[in-house]
Amino acid sequence: MRRVLKRREIVADDWRHLEEDPGAASGTHSVIVPWKELRANFETWSARQGRLGVRISPTDKIEDMTAELERCALVAVEFPTPSEGRGYTQGRLLRARCGYAGELRAVGAAVKRDIIFALARCGFDAFEVAAGEDLEACAQALERYTVAYQAGAPGSLSLRQRISA
Amino acid sequence: MYRYDDIDQTLVAERVNEFRDQTRRFLAGELSEDDFRPLRLRNGLYIQRHAPMLRIAIPYGLLSSTQLRKLGDIAHRYDRDYGHFTTRQNLQLNWPTLASVPDILAELATVQMHAIQTSGNCVRNVTADHLAGVAPDELDDPRPYCEIIRQWATLHPEFTYLPRKFKIAVTGSPADRAASEVHDVGLHMRRDAAGEIGFEVLVGGGLGRAPAIGQVIRDFLPLTDLLSYLEAILRVYNRYGRRDNIHKARIKVLVKSLGAAQFRDEVEAEWRAARADAPQLAWAEVERVRAFFKPPPYESLADIDVTADREPEFRAWYRYNTRAHRVPGYRAAFVSLKAHGRPPGDMTSAQMAALATLAEEMSFGLIRVAHDQNLLLADVRQQDLYATWLALRREGLATANIGMLTDMIACPGLDFCGLANAGTISVARDIQQRFDDLDYLYDLGEIEIKMSGCMNACGHHHVGHIGILGVEKHGEEWYQITLGGSVNGFTALGEVIGPSVPQRAVPATIERIIEVYRERRDEGERLIDTYRRIGLAPFKERVYASRAQAA
Repeated sequence: MRRVLKRREIVADDWRHLEEDPGAASGTHSVIVPWKELRANFETWSARQGRLGVRISPTDKIEDMTAELERCALVAVEFPTPSEGRGYTQGRLLRARCGYAGELRAVGAAVKRDIIFALARCGFDAFEVAAGEDLEACAQALERYTVAYQAGAPGSLSLRQRISA
Repeated sequence: MYRYDDIDQTLVAERVNEFRDQTRRFLAGELSEDDFRPLRLRNGLYIQRHAPMLRIAIPYGLLSSTQLRKLGDIAHRYDRDYGHFTTRQNLQLNWPTLASVPDILAELATVQMHAIQTSGNCVRNVTADHLAGVAPDELDDPRPYCEIIRQWATLHPEFTYLPRKFKIAVTGSPADRAASEVHDVGLHMRRDAAGEIGFEVLVGGGLGRAPAIGQVIRDFLPLTDLLSYLEAILRVYNRYGRRDNIHKARIKVLVKSLGAAQFRDEVEAEWRAARADAPQLAWAEVERVRAFFKPPPYESLADIDVTADREPEFRAWYRYNTRAHRVPGYRAAFVSLKAHGRPPGDMTSAQMAALATLAEEMSFGLIRVAHDQNLLLADVRQQDLYATWLALRREGLATANIGMLTDMIACPGLDFCGLANAGTISVARDIQQRFDDLDYLYDLGEIEIKMSGCMNACGHHHVGHIGILGVEKHGEEWYQITLGGSVNGFTALGEVIGPSVPQRAVPATIERIIEVYRERRDEGERLIDTYRRIGLAPFKERVYASRAQAA
């Protein structure tokens, strides 16, 4: 079973991606469904037993997710390449604007220790790291900085602060 | 100037540790080149033609003597005894080894400096008017707001990987000595009817391919909203800027494709939506930062004539290399990095050390970097100008050519840069040789030559009165000449004069342009004024009249 970094702990992942495991749809597994699929068949997915998550790509507009977001216990945001930066804003807006309080998970080949800290500051609390990446090192990267100039997410309004772990 | 407190110092120290770990992993083979590239680029480190190039941030161009001495010391111990000042008020080292970079960064941290975000697709060094705080024509000192922006932009978690680089310039003077209209965001200080400070906001300026002049999207932004508004601009850009084509990824392309009005509407809508959680600038923080930029303890002096009975060389230096100061009895003195025969913007370690000492004696221990690749002692007592000149002359820093034709801007070009198509240093040298007579230069008056070795336009060629762009043609270095570009309060992009010319023909081409100017100028008219009056055609005609045979 996959392991993920979740709320600073390395834990077994109890979610399945529909794309990796189409059979996951049938049971009561916790399943992560791509946004396009969820949007197209929301009633079916919504009526299903089991926890529901959604996976969004860099071009998906989070403003389009309303009822769907309320139904979801997990949002997975894609970071496919090191230069792809839209997911940081998606995460920030999900927390600050949409009031989303469930699991916010970074997924994709670029999710490695060197971006974990910034992701956490944008509101991500779960990290499904790239294949081969060291989860322990990622957990340590969450402690990399003890100070920041910007408010955290969701955060205080202080522009200069010590970050309490 | 701003002094780090415990929070600032801790952040820089932690950044050094992070980069040390990243460099170690790359050198140990744990990080691939592809994975390391965006990490090193976010810290100003390029892999160049001969060696890595490290770009060190000089926020809004302000240096203490301690910092300048340290830069000279680093250039001496880790490089080849010199550094190169850039058009964005930074310093580049051309020959450090990759393994030594973490140590260099640790040394920089001891004098409150860093290389954070001096490259990469993030918010770059915030630049300002080099005469900030001393210019008589200034509304207010922009540097406290530059520092506030610097802190806000430093390691901003949301804007870590923008579509492309992002440059902000702030000016408090209508003369716009910061070239703010060719920045991604230009901020012009304004006062509202109540006398409160705020900013006119321009977006979408930039050079490079498809140069563009920034467009005003807000006439007056209150100071307390400065960061929330910048955040809205960057958020719109981060979401909708193009990422499919590196040449179309700057914000200017987004502004152009949406139109300035719609872009403004997007920003305003985002700004309103974000107000609940966006950073508001607290007055206490503004006051805290402003206190660092209080005027130095000026003496109560009167303006005096310091040139009487002095030699002509000093009088020329006084006339061309010094500027008026808002405090009586003081002047701002340029330190020319345009000595003939030297690459524009280069400075040796020995010169840095000597200038640091001179700044302590003559200018409150502070040095400015100007965007045209010269330095400045901003607060020299007029009675000390002669001694200052003697000291600068001893170090080869007193060439009295500021604003003259040989005060050229040039990027490092093909000799160093991995992106360049053509050399710039040798062309600059050839032009300096041809126009070596200072009296002739004074007769020609103010002429700005700006030269880039490629389309990326680090040498600002589009906005030079005479612009020179290196292009590669059948494996040879050729140069495209433009006329009529300008910044400094009237921003215009130069017009291409005609087909490019081979390297050996560049000085002669400049000379023909100058000939036309000398024949056609009206009394007191600068080259740029004559060009605006008579247009491109007479220049073009002369340049290409005999070139068929010459080339």
